[in-house]
Amino acid sequence: MKDPFQSPIVLLGARLLSPYIMVFGWYVIFHGHYSPGGGFQGGALLAASLLLIRVAGGSRLAELQIREFATTPLAVIGVAIYFATGLAAVAAGGYFLDYELLPIPGMEPAWLRYTGILIIEVGIGLAVMAILVMIYDNMVRGEDYG
Amino acid sequence: MIFAVELVIWQLELVIYLFLALSAIVALEVRDLLVAVVMMTVFSFLMALLFIAMGAIDVGFTEAVIGAGVTGILFVVVVYQTSRKSKD
Repeated sequence: MKDPFQSPIVLLGARLLSPYIMVFGWYVIFHGHYSPGGGFQGGALLAASLLLIRVAGGSRLAELQIREFATTPLAVIGVAIYFATGLAAVAAGGYFLDYELLPIPGMEPAWLRYTGILIIEVGIGLAVMAILVMIYDNMVRGEDYG
Repeated sequence: MIFAVELVIWQLELVIYLFLALSAIVALEVRDLLVAVVMMTVFSFLMALLFIAMGAIDVGFTEAVIGAGVTGILFVVVVYQTSRKSKD
């Protein structure tokens, strides 16, 4: 944001709070298959921790965190992880997102399901985080509407 | 694992309902748009508390993260990027 005012106390509070929100976001993503939460909520928490720094510190500080051009490739990588996992199960002869047919050697079907859901949720979280940060960046820049 | 909340104090829930209605009315009637955004965030957080009290942990969690976190930031950006034309 084009800083209307710059307050060191707000910036200090945001810098103190942001890493803990990010750790909690990863916690929510990695515990998504047997507790409340999941890829979407964890990705939104990661995006909230990034947007907190962006709001408090302005665009010059946000350049050090995630650059603006990095958001679109991150979103594409997240969607690609999702569809690669789903289509790998199709290639192994099952349905789309049929986790127990994933080609990971040496795993029981139950553990294979756990791992498949984990991979899916990491992809979803990455995509949600990148797209929310991208929305913020496009709103702040505000010039590529046409 | 079942996350049903069995012991919800109904007086506490009634207080949350009252504050919910109060924050909605303030968000609708106030002149300053930044205050309205903050009141919508408060509304969203109280709504998340009510969802959790009703046993929908996942819905409440999503409401708290999206409504109180990301949407508030985006509304603040919109408020700072627009200007008020009328003077009333």
